[in-house]
Amino acid sequence: MVEHRPWLTALSYLVLLVGVVVTMLPLWIAFVVSTHPLENLLTAPIPIWPGDQLWENYSQILGSGIDGYVAVPVLRMMGNSLIMALSITFGKIAISLIAAYAIVYFRFPLRMLFFWLIFITLMLPVEVRILPTFKVVADLGMLNSYAGLSIPLIASATATFLFRQFFLTIPDELVEAARIDGAGPLKFFRDILLPLSRTNVAALFVILFIFGWNQYLWPLLVTTEESYYTVVMGIQRMVNAADTVPLWHLVMATATLAMLPPVFVVVVMQKLFVKGLVETEK
Amino acid sequence: MARVTLNAVKKTYPNGFAAIHGVDLDVADSEFIVLVGPSGCGKSTLLRMVAGLETVSQGQISIDGNVVNELEPAQRDIAMVFQNYALYPHMKVFDNMAYGLRNRGVAKPEIERRVKETARILELDALLDRRPRQLSGGQRQRVAMGRAIVREPKAFLFDEPLSNLDAKLRVQMRIEIKRLQRQFGITSLYVTHDQVEAMTLADRLVVMNAGHAEQIGTPLEVYQRPATVFVASFIGSPAMNFISGAVDAGAVSVNGSARLPAHPAKDMAGPITVGIRPEHLELVEDAAADLLLVIDLVEPLGADTLVHGHVGASDTCGQTLTLRLNGISSVRAGETLPLRATPEHIHLFDADSGVRIERAP
Repeated sequence: MVEHRPWLTALSYLVLLVGVVVTMLPLWIAFVVSTHPLENLLTAPIPIWPGDQLWENYSQILGSGIDGYVAVPVLRMMGNSLIMALSITFGKIAISLIAAYAIVYFRFPLRMLFFWLIFITLMLPVEVRILPTFKVVADLGMLNSYAGLSIPLIASATATFLFRQFFLTIPDELVEAARIDGAGPLKFFRDILLPLSRTNVAALFVILFIFGWNQYLWPLLVTTEESYYTVVMGIQRMVNAADTVPLWHLVMATATLAMLPPVFVVVVMQKLFVKGLVETEK
Repeated sequence: MARVTLNAVKKTYPNGFAAIHGVDLDVADSEFIVLVGPSGCGKSTLLRMVAGLETVSQGQISIDGNVVNELEPAQRDIAMVFQNYALYPHMKVFDNMAYGLRNRGVAKPEIERRVKETARILELDALLDRRPRQLSGGQRQRVAMGRAIVREPKAFLFDEPLSNLDAKLRVQMRIEIKRLQRQFGITSLYVTHDQVEAMTLADRLVVMNAGHAEQIGTPLEVYQRPATVFVASFIGSPAMNFISGAVDAGAVSVNGSARLPAHPAKDMAGPITVGIRPEHLELVEDAAADLLLVIDLVEPLGADTLVHGHVGASDTCGQTLTLRLNGISSVRAGETLPLRATPEHIHLFDADSGVRIERAP
């Protein structure tokens, strides 16, 4: 804004503040609840300041399962989530880099057909194809395994398309200079294309990690053994346990913990992430 | 350091478009050849065929006697400088220059020595740790040159390397390129559309037009004895004047009346195109004049003055001419100037084919 009107500035701040409160309040309540004993939460009003049970609540869920709710400790579930999210992220990035490289730099028969085939899978996210995909995974004996959790989610049209668009902006002369310098296809990919894609890879890493971490429906279907539960599923199991009162303080502690890795990834990668979204390094 | 030979080289694209219609060229060792022509004439395509970036449809390209048609660019032992330099943006200057050597498996100390040596010659010593985006246009250009020199290739290929620089830097780099090429004695092919670059750099020029090599010769040969109307109009600035005329009874006449002191072959007759360069028209006494120029516009440039006008009885059938006068002149629009050209400066071309007609001896 170029105008300098005090009341407008004040209004802008007010809108921003309201926005912050609306987003942060649920997170705050979740955190506060996770620091109280259950009794404090069952009577109105619910507390708005942290209690003294932080250490007890968190050590209880991290160390062991909760009788009658979930048998595995939250740490194990977070480990599962981490393995799944990282497999999906690295798998997606690797596959889409290679696919985009093939589509942009190699002339082979039916190249455009393959491109469009990849592209139309955008219309088929896992929720749409969940039954056939489940059948395939079940037939391959991949239920209750990390492979079953991650492989069906790896194919990615979005990332392939993003890398294709990025590769198209790389000047042809760069490819030609590399050819004259004696770099074959693999060398060119490794020495030139990968380093140039660095910021794009970082941006995708953030997006895909969060995507993988937050997967809910698919893990719910393919895992029946508790030792493969992911943390997002685990929360749901804790809330929906039959014939018992949900242990809200433990549920919220789990939820708070489940939020940490994505936040960590965003904070660490933030600089590269923003760079990757707004500029292409020339 | 090698001979490069092009033998009836043709390029036809899969869609049927013929870009090169058969070019023969023999580049001697350490020779500097400039391919010049308007955009779309095929000069870059030809260079890229020598580099191995385009396939050869027909004919043969050999470097040092070995046919290289089927070889990958890297196996041809050539180095290329691109118009936009094509430096690797993520590598430091040192790595940009060393990359080709590393891929060839040159030993590390040797790479170090060669890059340092080249950097010293090009005055890039202080920039070796920078990345391309931290360099100015002229510095990037020098790195691109360095990347080519460090390889010690058999031939240099330049694809309009100076066209992204500003005018002053271009002149400076032009001299630099010439100096380096002399110093290393490396056979070079240089593509440009700038005729000043072409004239100053070349040992020999190849003037290209629509996929043909119209003329191959030294810059002065091309200037003094252009083989076709196209070459005559392309080389020289301002462009050569063309007047349509006719030959009858062993003399050349233009506009039906004016006679020019050119001496066509005795058995010639019929229509003809007469070419006279603006700098070869002289102001003379009225009585000695062959042409009378009515001035339309005067452009004083300081060092010389360009005069645009027309000849002929009236404006309707008049033919426009440009005249270059040395120094500052006092002529003004509307005046009539009596002009003449000496016989050795009058070029005759066939009116239909545009091919040069040699004067009678």
